[in-house]
Amino acid sequence: MPFLKVDNITHQFGGLRAVHDYELSVEPGQIRGLIGPNGAGKTTIFNLITGIYNPTHGHIYLDGERISGLPPHRIASMGIGRTFQNLLLWRHMNVLEHVKMARFSRIGYGLLGACFGTPRRHREEREIEEKAYDLLEMLDIRHLAGQAVPNLPYGAQRRVEMARALATEPKLLLLDEPTAGMNPDELVQIMEIIRRVHRELNLAIFLIEHRMRFVMELCDRIQTLDFGEVIAEGTPEEIQNNPRVIEAYLGATET
Amino acid sequence: MALFLQNLVNALQWGSFYALIALGYSMVYSILMLFNFAHGDIFMVGAYIGVGVAFVLIAMASQGALALPPWAILILTILFAMILTSFVGMLVERIGYRPLRAAPRASAAITGLMIGIILETGNLALLGARRIRFPSLIDTTVYEVGGVFITNTKIIIVVVALLLATAMHLFVRKTKWGLAMRAMAFDYVAVPLMGVSVNAIAALTFALGSALAAAAGILYALAYPVLDPYMGILFGWKAFVAAILGGRGSVMGATLAGFLLGFIEIFAAMIFPSSLRDLIAYSIVLLILIVRPHGFFGEPYSARLRL
Repeated sequence: MPFLKVDNITHQFGGLRAVHDYELSVEPGQIRGLIGPNGAGKTTIFNLITGIYNPTHGHIYLDGERISGLPPHRIASMGIGRTFQNLLLWRHMNVLEHVKMARFSRIGYGLLGACFGTPRRHREEREIEEKAYDLLEMLDIRHLAGQAVPNLPYGAQRRVEMARALATEPKLLLLDEPTAGMNPDELVQIMEIIRRVHRELNLAIFLIEHRMRFVMELCDRIQTLDFGEVIAEGTPEEIQNNPRVIEAYLGATET
Repeated sequence: MALFLQNLVNALQWGSFYALIALGYSMVYSILMLFNFAHGDIFMVGAYIGVGVAFVLIAMASQGALALPPWAILILTILFAMILTSFVGMLVERIGYRPLRAAPRASAAITGLMIGIILETGNLALLGARRIRFPSLIDTTVYEVGGVFITNTKIIIVVVALLLATAMHLFVRKTKWGLAMRAMAFDYVAVPLMGVSVNAIAALTFALGSALAAAAGILYALAYPVLDPYMGILFGWKAFVAAILGGRGSVMGATLAGFLLGFIEIFAAMIFPSSLRDLIAYSIVLLILIVRPHGFFGEPYSARLRL
C-alpha cells in the first residue's frame, strides 16, 4: 500500500467537472510533480487531498486510513502539510509566531496551565521555540524570526509558508507553485532548500509547478493534467517526450 | 474638584460594564467578521444566571451545606455564571451562526437580532413579566476620601472589570488559543491546515465573550440590582458603539473605548441636564468617528483586523 493513495476521484462544481477519475500513489520519500495548463484542476486536487473539498466520487487514503470526508484539521494532524499558490500568511503576525501556530496541536498544556503559567507550560514554550528556530535555520530564515511578514521579500515569505507547513511535522508536503513570482536567484535557493528539506526530514513531496526545468530536475515522477484528467504520467524524460503533453502545452497542431 | 473626582469614579464604574461587553463584540467580530447582535442579551442572560447561582449558593450557605463568607459567594457566583453563560454563547454560535458561516454577512446580522429577541421573550415566557431583584451579596460600605464617596461595590466592579480585561489581553497575546484566534482574525483557510479546528476556535471565542458579558451582567446587578428581560438591549447597542470606537477587533481598543464611553456619558450628564445625556454623549461619539472612522486601534483597510 503506498503512503498516499488517491483512488479514482472525481470532483464536480455544479455541472463543471473539475477533476475526473484521478489516481495517484505516493511512496514514502518520493518527490512527485503535477504539471498542466492553467485551469487544469491542479489546485483542486490539492484541495481534495487536504480536505478543503470532498470528492464527489472516490476515496483518498493516507497510510491505509481513509481521509476523504474528514475535516481539514484532522487530515493536517494526520501528517499532510501544504503551502498555497498565493501565499496565505497571517500578515499581522511575525515569522516565529507562524511557526508556533503550526505547533498548535502538539502543545500539550491545557487552559489552566495557560492561565497560571505552570512549569510545564514554560518548558513546552521553550521546546517549541527551539524547534521553531531549528526549522527556520533549515530554511535559511532564522535571522528573520522577529520580523513582521509583510516586510519580507517574496522569496522569504514563501519560505515562511514552507516553514509553517513543516512545523506541523508532515510526512507528506504539498507545495502549490513554490517558485511563483520568484526571481532567478530565489529560484536556485528554493530548489536547494526543497532538496535539503527532503533529505533532512525524509518526507514525501508532491508539488505543482509551471517551470519545467525546476520540475524535471526535482521530481522522481511527474503527472500531466489537462481538463481535470491525467493525460500522461512518468519519469521526467518520458514526460518531456510525450506528444500529448506537448500538445496540451502548445495547443493541437492543425493537420 | 470633588465633583469632578466623584464623576470620575462613577465613570470608571459605568465604563467597566461597557468595556466588558465591548470585548465580546470585538473578539467575535475579528474572528468571524460578524457583529453578534445578540450579545447585549447574553449580558442579560448572564445577569439572570447570576441571580439563579446566587440564590442557590445563599440557600446552601443558610442551610449550613457550605460555610462561606459573602465575598466568597460573590466570587463563586461570578465564576459559575461566567461558565454557564459561556455555554449559552457556544449554543448561540452552534445553532445561530455556524450554519450561516458562508452566508452573506447581512443574514448573520439578522440572525443575531432574532436570537436576541428569542432570548428576551424566552426569558419573559420562563420567568414572567415581573422584574427580579438581584440578592444583595455584600453589604455596601461607603468610604469618603476628600469629599469623594466611594462604595466597596464600585471598587469591586472596577477591579474585577480591569482584571478580566487584562486576563483577556494576556490570553490573546500569550496562549496558543490566542495565537489561533489572531491567525483566524486574518484568514481561516490556512488555520485548519495547522491541525486547528476553525469551529473549535469560533466556539471558544463565543464562550470567552459570553463569559465576560456574564461578568458584566453580575457587576451591573451589584450596582443596579433590578433586572428585566430587556435590560440588555440599550446596553448592548452602546457597547457595540464602544467596540466600533475602539477599532473593530482590538482587545485593547474595546476596553479603552468602553471606559471612554463611560466617561463621555457621565460627564455629559454632569455638565448638561441628564435628560440630554445620551443625545450629547453620542453626538460626541459621532464626531470622533467622523474624524477616525476606523476607531482608535482599527486598521485603515477594511478586510481583516488585528486582535
